[in-house]
Amino acid sequence: MWLWIHKLGSPPHFYRIAGLLTPWFGWSAGVLIAAGVVSGLFFAPPDYQQGDGFRILYVHAPSAWMSLFTYIVMAVAAAIGLIWRMKVAHAVAASCAPIGAAFTAVALFTGSVWGKKMWGTWWVWDARLTSELILLFLYLGYMALRSAYDDHQKADRASAILALVGVVNVPIIHYSVVWWNTLHQPASVTKLAAPSIDPSMLLPLILMFFGFNILFGALLFTRVRGEVLMRERNADWIRERVSQL
Amino acid sequence: MIPRTGMMRAATLLIERDLRLAFRRASQLCHPLVFFLVVTTLFPLSLSPQPSQLRDIAPGVLWVAALLSSLLALDALLKSDAEDGTLEQLVLSGQPVVVLVAAKTLAHWLVGGLPLVIISPLAAMSLGVAPDAMLVTAEGLLMGTLTLSFLGSVGAALTIGVRRSSVLLSLLVLPLAMPLLIFGARATDLAMAGEASSGPLYLLGALLAFTATLAPFAAAAAVRIGVE
Repeated sequence: MWLWIHKLGSPPHFYRIAGLLTPWFGWSAGVLIAAGVVSGLFFAPPDYQQGDGFRILYVHAPSAWMSLFTYIVMAVAAAIGLIWRMKVAHAVAASCAPIGAAFTAVALFTGSVWGKKMWGTWWVWDARLTSELILLFLYLGYMALRSAYDDHQKADRASAILALVGVVNVPIIHYSVVWWNTLHQPASVTKLAAPSIDPSMLLPLILMFFGFNILFGALLFTRVRGEVLMRERNADWIRERVSQL
Repeated sequence: MIPRTGMMRAATLLIERDLRLAFRRASQLCHPLVFFLVVTTLFPLSLSPQPSQLRDIAPGVLWVAALLSSLLALDALLKSDAEDGTLEQLVLSGQPVVVLVAAKTLAHWLVGGLPLVIISPLAAMSLGVAPDAMLVTAEGLLMGTLTLSFLGSVGAALTIGVRRSSVLLSLLVLPLAMPLLIFGARATDLAMAGEASSGPLYLLGALLAFTATLAPFAAAAAVRIGVE
């Protein structure tokens, strides 16, 4: 077990294993998302209040969930990299940021499209929208800090600290925004998802959920492979691989 | 190496040194204060000078201006010491870096944050805030600016080795400072409406306690990375 983890920590092994796993993840994500899209768009019944407009939920909710999940993965990878000085963990953290920012942007975009349909406005200062926006700023700050350093190792460790500070702050920011919001906004518009959801509507959502999670895995593996290649560009194992081509 | 000077002694010495250095360049101390007053002047000019409207925007204006001007000063927290090598010597001194960073942050707040709190009633008055609410605003800013200094010490430490770091520093620190803005402006708002404002003030205090205990550790780790 430990040996296996140690092997995973070495860039050539990780590169190889990630390369083997990527197509599996990519294809199963593709199948799940396709099934989710088809069942969500064609088979799920229209909502009794929102009509067909609610169907954007099938993209919005999974990407909002993934935007948070990615941040947590990034922070855990950053902590592992900081504590055990694992090169691959830093590469994982670095690769998480753009993916997470993309998920956050998708969640914000679909949220505002949905809001335009349901509330008649592109943007309201709803608690979820606001904390999602702040999350996007956190991702952008992380990426900006990374790109400000020329030295890879310094960038890794500085941004790892920022990711950890950020992950401690995310709940505080979230609850302060919720608290602020309940004082300022009428509660009528903030209720997005009814807790009772019909099974025929739930199934596509579950499919999309798993699809997005696995898609994240596939994207992450691909990005980490690229990151590993760039960092190890002077290493012997890459030279050997290239000469075998 | 075991240092002969005690930890607290080292911290007070460092605070003394930073304060002395700051007062040697006394005119620079005024810059954030003037900035604060200028920004609060911009709002009546750009919106409307009607007292009723000014009172509506006053909490937000005061807090945004305070955040921005203390953010501007943050860049100087570690930069000059990092450039002339002092910071390296501090790290090598054998004293716990956490304590040294916290001491530097405290000194920075004494010359940058505290004056802001003291002149905040002046700006509040110009925006038509009632005397009771001025006190609450000053209390809130007292805790808010100190919290921001500690938060900012992490950002400043992370950007030690970065060129043109001030914009990046703001980008890193501002999202983290949003709870401060929410609770601080809320406290002023409640006080101006004549209601009890202790709730948001307690929350500001909680944020201060939380940040002051944890941020120096993150900042110390970042300083170690920055100076190596």
